[in-house]
Amino acid sequence: MKAIDANGTYKVFGKRPDKAVERLRAGATREELRKEGTTAAVIDASFEVEEGEIFVVMGLSGSGKSTLIRMVNGLWEPTAGELQVYGEDIVKMDQQQLRRTRREKVSMVFQHFALLPHRTVGENAAYGLQIQGIGKDEQQKRAKEALRLVGLKGWEDSLPGQLSGGMRQRVGLARALAAGTNIMLMDEAFSALDPLIKREMQDQLVDLQSKLGKTILFITHDLNEAMRLGDRIAMMRDGRIVQIGTSEDILNNPANDFVAQFVQDVDRSRVLTASSVMAPPVALVGAEQGPLAVHKLMRENQTSRLFVVNRDRTLAGAVDEERVVAAAKEGAKTLEGILDTTVVSVPANARLSDLLWLSANSPKALAVVDDDNTVVGVIARVTLLQALAQVRAEHASALEEVVSA
Amino acid sequence: MIASLVADGSSGLPRIPIGDWINSIFTWLTDNLSGLFNVISDIVGGLVNGLINVLEAPNPIVLAVIFALIGLAVRGWQFAVGALIGLLLVISMEQWEFAMQTLALVVVATVVAIVIAIPLGILAARSNRASSTLKPLMDLMQTMPAFVWLVPVVTLFGIGVVPGVVATIIFALPPGVRFTELGIRGVDAEIVEASHAFGATPRQTLFGVQLPLAMPTIMAGVNQVIMLALSMAVIAGLVGAEGLGGQVTSAISTLDLGLGFEAGLSVVILAIFLDRVTSSVGQGHSGGLFRLGALRRKGAGAVDEELLDTDEEGAASPPPTDLPTSVRA
Repeated sequence: MKAIDANGTYKVFGKRPDKAVERLRAGATREELRKEGTTAAVIDASFEVEEGEIFVVMGLSGSGKSTLIRMVNGLWEPTAGELQVYGEDIVKMDQQQLRRTRREKVSMVFQHFALLPHRTVGENAAYGLQIQGIGKDEQQKRAKEALRLVGLKGWEDSLPGQLSGGMRQRVGLARALAAGTNIMLMDEAFSALDPLIKREMQDQLVDLQSKLGKTILFITHDLNEAMRLGDRIAMMRDGRIVQIGTSEDILNNPANDFVAQFVQDVDRSRVLTASSVMAPPVALVGAEQGPLAVHKLMRENQTSRLFVVNRDRTLAGAVDEERVVAAAKEGAKTLEGILDTTVVSVPANARLSDLLWLSANSPKALAVVDDDNTVVGVIARVTLLQALAQVRAEHASALEEVVSA
Repeated sequence: MIASLVADGSSGLPRIPIGDWINSIFTWLTDNLSGLFNVISDIVGGLVNGLINVLEAPNPIVLAVIFALIGLAVRGWQFAVGALIGLLLVISMEQWEFAMQTLALVVVATVVAIVIAIPLGILAARSNRASSTLKPLMDLMQTMPAFVWLVPVVTLFGIGVVPGVVATIIFALPPGVRFTELGIRGVDAEIVEASHAFGATPRQTLFGVQLPLAMPTIMAGVNQVIMLALSMAVIAGLVGAEGLGGQVTSAISTLDLGLGFEAGLSVVILAIFLDRVTSSVGQGHSGGLFRLGALRRKGAGAVDEELLDTDEEGAASPPPTDLPTSVRA
């Protein structure tokens, strides 16, 4: 079962929203409706969020992302379509069922923290539990544990006004964690923080998520943040979701000019991973093969260097042409002695930004290995440069069109 | 043509007999609901007289010292000294007894006004329809010349302290409603939303979030209610309510300049005392002492500007208001 499953969800504000939905389905644009005084905030949104996933909705202000997130916990009722949370349709719930869903399944973190200034940090963290009517002792225990998780141990008795912005948002996070829901909605949760604190909070969120396995629906207008956090990203524009995919999908295959224009300023080295730019290894040499066979393979593939793997395909090292030729002349039967074991290997999910330094220090190609140390690809310096230079033809032409338009 | 209109005093419009309607409504009320008004009269009269007895029981100087100590607790020693001097002046002018009668009237009227005003304010904050219905009603109650309220009230309750209290309630009620509405509507929408998002019922949101956060504004409203009540309590002297209002009324009828001034000065002293005490209670609601205590425990490391700001500003600037604040004595 999906944690969140939206299917053709609409939200229209203004007069006669049902009629507006019909017109949108028939192809009317957002602008046409706006002239008539209705605002189509979310148009035909369909997406699924898997349990334990960080799903980021990315869009500029007015794109409808805030409305979208508020439909998931029923703060706004969808005008049309389905929206299921763990298989239960939010649209069909009455107020009491909605409250139960909010208490038990979906908590929320807010852009400006939304803490109660007259209550202590501990009481704020326990707020969801207090609403649920849980006993005082249990409230305190769980709030304390949540505060410990976010790194605010010992601050229970302070008031929010005494905390810095980053710390206040940690209280907001602790409040959502303490509520014990599986789903957390985060509405521009880090947008009000300064860049360094923001970075720290992002890391902490990823860390917490991997520890606790929460399902997170994260709203942001910051593409870099979306790419850092999101397992998958939904790009929103003018109320519509224009593309859903991993950050690499979106960078490499933007669905339209809007997305392409958007991603052009992204620091690709921080988003792209080794696996997305690596070339397949042209040929791999078994460690038991002899110099003559290896030399033949090099000539066939027109390369002067090959990676050597063990029987289980794990990386053993590399051999260079000169030494292979020399060994063959000496009549050696194995590669023993000429094997270069100083090969630099990198994990498949390493960011390109981390490879730059390695590549700069080693003129030879990097081996890309998976979790079992099996060779899955190779990255030469030139490959790395090409990836960073965004030389993809379709990409470039799309941009030119945007510019000339 | 114009001349002829002016000459026979007619504008050409039919005469709408609003005055007659009001008269017949009140005749009906006195004929049919006199039992109810008698009960109200007994309760209100009992409350005021009971309170007067309590306030007049101790030695005036002892009570003045107690009031000064209250001032010390909520504001500080300068205010306490000033209050004590003022109250002793009232005693020495031989206006103390009347001042206590007025105070009792003000206290009863204020309590009743607040008990009615705050729920109405909550209603107005939650429903735009209620708000737009109440607004002209509040305008009517507040801007109708204060004396006008005395007439129907005397019709229903006769002469004495009770009509004074009722007229005072009517006149003093509006700021209580308005400030309550303003305070609740002014609570940070995101915090209210957070409350909903965690599954709070409307009741939990009201008592856990909206009322506590609106409290400074609501207390400013209470302060206004008290001030208006005091001003009306003096006018209530015209319908036979005892106290400083009675003194002022008799000073007017006998052209006793000295008495009028002494009674008026006593009203001013009482007004300043009540205003300062209630406005400090409003601003200190979130426990200034507690906040400072928590601050010391934590050390100054994490203190940010906001805490300091709120405390500074809270003391310096009263909440915004566009309502009349003067005591009309």
